[in-house]
Amino acid sequence: MSITYLEAIREAQAKALADDPRVFIYGQDVGAFGGAFKATKNLALEFPGRVLDAPISEDAMVGAAVGAAIEGMRPIIEMQFADFSTPGFNQIINQAATLFWRTQVPCPITIRLPSGGTSGGGPFHSQSMEAIYAHYPGLIVMTPATVEDAYSMLLEAVAIDDPVIFCEHKYLYYHLKAPCLPTEAMPVGKARIARAGRDLTIVAYSAMLHEALEAAEEMAGDGTEIEVVDLRCIKPLDTDTVVASVARTGRLLCVGEAFPWGGVTAEVIARVATEGFGLLDAPPQRLNAKDTPIPYHHNLWSLHRPTARSIVAAARNLLQM
Amino acid sequence: MLQTVESPERADALSSFRDQYLKALGLMLLSRVLDDKMSSLSRGGKINGGVFLGRGQEALSVSLGLALRKGDIFAPLIRDGAGRLAFGEPVIDTVRTYLGSALGPMRGRDGNVHRGRPLDGLFPMISHLGTMISVVNGALMARRFKKIEGTVGATCIGDGGTSTGSFHEAVNQAAVEKLPLVLVVANNQYAYSTPNCRQFACQHLVDKAIGYGVAGHKVDGTDLEKCLKTLAFAVAQAREGKGPQMVVAQLLRLSGHSAFDEASYVDAELKQSRLGRDCVKAAADHVLRRAWADAQTIRNFRDEAIREVDQAVAQVQREAAPDPYRENWCALASPHLSDGFEIPGDFQP
Repeated sequence: MSITYLEAIREAQAKALADDPRVFIYGQDVGAFGGAFKATKNLALEFPGRVLDAPISEDAMVGAAVGAAIEGMRPIIEMQFADFSTPGFNQIINQAATLFWRTQVPCPITIRLPSGGTSGGGPFHSQSMEAIYAHYPGLIVMTPATVEDAYSMLLEAVAIDDPVIFCEHKYLYYHLKAPCLPTEAMPVGKARIARAGRDLTIVAYSAMLHEALEAAEEMAGDGTEIEVVDLRCIKPLDTDTVVASVARTGRLLCVGEAFPWGGVTAEVIARVATEGFGLLDAPPQRLNAKDTPIPYHHNLWSLHRPTARSIVAAARNLLQM
Repeated sequence: MLQTVESPERADALSSFRDQYLKALGLMLLSRVLDDKMSSLSRGGKINGGVFLGRGQEALSVSLGLALRKGDIFAPLIRDGAGRLAFGEPVIDTVRTYLGSALGPMRGRDGNVHRGRPLDGLFPMISHLGTMISVVNGALMARRFKKIEGTVGATCIGDGGTSTGSFHEAVNQAAVEKLPLVLVVANNQYAYSTPNCRQFACQHLVDKAIGYGVAGHKVDGTDLEKCLKTLAFAVAQAREGKGPQMVVAQLLRLSGHSAFDEASYVDAELKQSRLGRDCVKAAADHVLRRAWADAQTIRNFRDEAIREVDQAVAQVQREAAPDPYRENWCALASPHLSDGFEIPGDFQP
């Protein structure tokens, strides 16, 4: 028996609904249909009246979540795709993210963003929005890369008294499997050493973790030991774990699927440069998607985002510096 | 002039309405005095940022506030000082927020009209128009989840705000969910400087109601009696489960957008029309005409309002301002999850 990343998300929501009467789910097609990706399959049946279809109104969905949170509820909002969170962006960053700061009333809402690219998704069904949300004070941004984290971090997201942007990667929905659901978890905000090494640190998160691990495995054949850090959560960002890894390896390559300007990879490098400049034996490098909208055709898409192959090339280049 | 009454019940009803009218007038005067004081403090350089006046909208706003009960939800907009007072917001909350007092509900972190006490049902607006409607919707949905019945959620918007996507999404959402929402649209003829003709093309804003499947009501926003009756009816309809109610009032903003806007763009003919009359003065005249109170009583209302506002201002001016060096600079309710940008003691004056 095994469980997929998508099933883990469904199971986490089922547990949250079962454990806490304050939890409800609101989003487009999440009710009887079970969601565009079936992340809420059968939940409307199991929890009558608590899994509600929303009109195509992302702004109003988030606004309603804030109002419900003020009244003590813990809503989970499903954006059908991360890309479609932009019509709700205003409510997320101006309403949800500012509420506690302004009023001392917590805003415990979880906004699920099916994120990242799959072949054929094209410009409007493939985006990675984590950096934009992480820019704003008042939000927690999670980017689980494993089945175990998808499950445990979603449960933690619902329990946290702040708005959480939960970036679940669509590419991992069906590809990633684990033997069972976890019974324990690392704390939110702590990064994980996904693979130990001594020659170079690759910092990655979400689907890019798996490309980085594949690259590390390939380079192990050459006798190169790559350390791979899975950020897990990009806000808060576990700078200590990253700097400690760089202290061991002296080299840093940061990999992200999002667009290159600014963003998580730039933030990680800025922090390492600030707090661990003397630990670096070479200039820190980063690898992101190309600076264009995300292409539709597989040939274009597969070269648009970082892959194990491009990570190996970047790592080899960095090792020669 | 004495009223001729036909029955004790009718006499009671009239007496009750007279009391409500006088209460409304007292609150309108208090709101006007408070507005004038904030405007004066602003001109004197005592207030940072904008001051937004409710002048001309007091009759409408107070009628909504009085129609609501404790336990209801109210998300006022920028010109709802009278409605806030009627809903129970203390004068000192306004003064503390405008002056940025650390003791105010927003503690200097937010200011002017961006104030409220969400746990008391008074939601603080953000600046993006139309967004508070869905927040009220969500609170009403939560009450339905919690099986709390008989409460109403109300919020206000202007003619300009009806053009936003947020407005559209939220009114539709309220209709789909059949929520006890009362949405009050104050068509004050201008969104900042933009006139109605550049804002919408329907004949009357209330025509939008039927398109959303919600009840629509029109009212003369300069007429306190009509406002009191219309808002009481709309709120009662919502409370009885008749679904969302949209009330559209015609009136004229009798000030600039903010205290520093001279409003030179306002059409002179509009100012001279019925829309341009001062609803506070009209209400006071009505009271005198009906002999519900004499001129001295109305002067007493105003004097009492001045005393209350002056007292609040004097108190707040003695209160400590927020101390940036004692601020925790943490936007999260879960401080253990803050991202480490706050380094205590890293900057000293």
